[in-house]
Amino acid sequence: MKPLLDIEDLRVTFPGRSGSIQAVRGVSLKLGRERLGIVGESGSGKSQTGRAIMGLTPPQATVTAKKMMFNDIDLLTASARQRRSLRGRQMAMILQDPKYSLNPVMTIGRQIIETLQTHESVSRAEARDRALAMLEAVQIREPKRVFDLHPHEVSGGMGQRAMIAMMLVAGPELLIADEPTSALDVTVQLEVLGILDRLVADRGMGLLFISHDLRLVSTFCDRVIVMYAGRIVEELASADLANAQHPYTQGLLNSLPRIGHDRHPLPVLDRKPEWAL
Amino acid sequence: MTAALEVRKLGVEFNGHKALDDVSVSVARGESFGLVGESGSGKSTLLRAVAGLAPVSAGTISIDGRELRRGKRNRAFYREVQMVFQDPYGSLHPRQTIDRALLEPLAIHGFDNTENRIVRALEEVGLGKGFRFRYPHQLSGGQRQRVAIARALVVEPSIVLLDEPTSALDASVQAEILNLLEQTRKDRKLTFVMVSHDLAVVSHMCERLAIMQGGHVVETLPASALADHKFEAAYTKKLFEASEGFQRKVHTEAPA
Ligand SMILES: Nc1ncnc2c1ncn2[C@@H]1O[C@H](COP(=O)(O)OP(=O)(O)OP(=O)(O)O)[C@@H](O)[C@H]1O
Ligand SMILES: Nc1ncnc2c1ncn2[C@@H]1O[C@H](COP(=O)(O)OP(=O)(O)OP(=O)(O)O)[C@@H](O)[C@H]1O
Ligand SMILES: [Mg+2]
Ligand SMILES: [Mg+2]
Repeated sequence: MKPLLDIEDLRVTFPGRSGSIQAVRGVSLKLGRERLGIVGESGSGKSQTGRAIMGLTPPQATVTAKKMMFNDIDLLTASARQRRSLRGRQMAMILQDPKYSLNPVMTIGRQIIETLQTHESVSRAEARDRALAMLEAVQIREPKRVFDLHPHEVSGGMGQRAMIAMMLVAGPELLIADEPTSALDVTVQLEVLGILDRLVADRGMGLLFISHDLRLVSTFCDRVIVMYAGRIVEELASADLANAQHPYTQGLLNSLPRIGHDRHPLPVLDRKPEWAL
Repeated sequence: MTAALEVRKLGVEFNGHKALDDVSVSVARGESFGLVGESGSGKSTLLRAVAGLAPVSAGTISIDGRELRRGKRNRAFYREVQMVFQDPYGSLHPRQTIDRALLEPLAIHGFDNTENRIVRALEEVGLGKGFRFRYPHQLSGGQRQRVAIARALVVEPSIVLLDEPTSALDASVQAEILNLLEQTRKDRKLTFVMVSHDLAVVSHMCERLAIMQGGHVVETLPASALADHKFEAAYTKKLFEASEGFQRKVHTEAPA
């Protein structure tokens, strides 16, 4: 079957004071109707990979690739207008800093309604009902209260869930979730993953799940990509994460604190310059 | 012995919504105390109340036995108590370089040798010279988080309030930051109050912890109780079980 997303040799480069910064250096990946995890070093280019797929790269950076296909659409040649109409309806991204990404002067409820209304013609009343239902689905305890709050009035995890609700309300085919559950307590985390899981299983959504949470990725995703310094250094079935071959991945697993293990200080990575070649 | 931080019967209300209700927590000097619990249960609000950033409606907060007056804190307070906010983007000024963000607190509190202190603080959190003159939007999520930690530690406070300090970091950088925090605490005899949704991180870093739900502390435990499964509250048990990871069977069968 043809993949939903097919990327070859993606590169994202920023101009910098002392030479350019290569944030992404040749990433290739195919995504079907599955859950693909991306883990990796802080600053290794995970978010910038997601943003490039969405067409949300900052204007000063350059994006190149040998191939960047979404269904039958060539993202490399698509116009800015085409990309805009793809966003939200067909592909959506839950951004890593939800509170920063939400509009600070608009209530949570309004923002979800506006997102819905840019993609579908629905009545105000229906839009409100669906927005409230979506807040409830992401386990917001008092959806009616939260509906009328501004982003600075909600907790970290509530902001994150508002962002998730906003991205899911239009039912995208591809969802890029950038650390979508990092601010959630573990029980709500599992509920939210349950929602994403059903969208993949029942609606055939493709999910790119960026996370540093190895425990979640290994239990939730089908496959995992490991990034280091702008490149993919390893790809595995999630169930095999514990048997990773690359020393970076091994070091990552080893550096996790565990309940009942008394390791002070925690083992840290001895990063080898050749990993970044 | 007087506690470094004593919160007694604290209440915080936002437009009639009780974010904290009758919360009491006592943290000894040099202790590391964890806060875990439900999203929206008031963990950040508790730290913010200590920092004078939340509308306290009941109860008292004391530092080293001195009761704080309600409302704004003075400069001397921030010399002693520093906070790392949950949302580092919001706490870094978008038009300020990283250098300025670190220089500002040093200047406010009259530190000398600022150049060296800034370079060292950045080095300690694993950010080399290349990052010093960048703006927040030019950093990854985890890099911003490390700047926020560097900024809190640079003024050498005695109490540090940490709100999810490593939840934006990959496991290897997390380990480095946790080691740094722990070492700094030992060297300078710091007191920590640390919010994290990661039970393993809290059990690694803290001697005791409080479990919060719906604006209340439901249970206070020694960290060792987690390893020994010695907890009482049903919610603690639920959290503990959920921290094992995702289980597909249970969730795909649940109704939508
Ligand atoms: N506007 C920018 N200008 C210059 N460099 C940038 C800019 N935005 C990002 N970068 C750099 O690009 C690299 C990749 O960033 P990216 O946000 O993709 O990392 P990440 O893998 O998502 O990390 P994290 O896990 O910390 O979120 C980082 O080293 C970052 O400093
Ligand atoms: N400025 C505000 N105005 C109105 N309500 C607020 C405000 N700040 C916080 N709240 C409310 O207080 C409650 C507790 O929020 P808090 O941020 O303390 O939760 P938390 O335990 O830190 O959650 P998380 O783990 O999701 O960060 C939430 O219901 C939130 O909506
Ligand atoms: Mg990122
Ligand atoms: Mg919080």
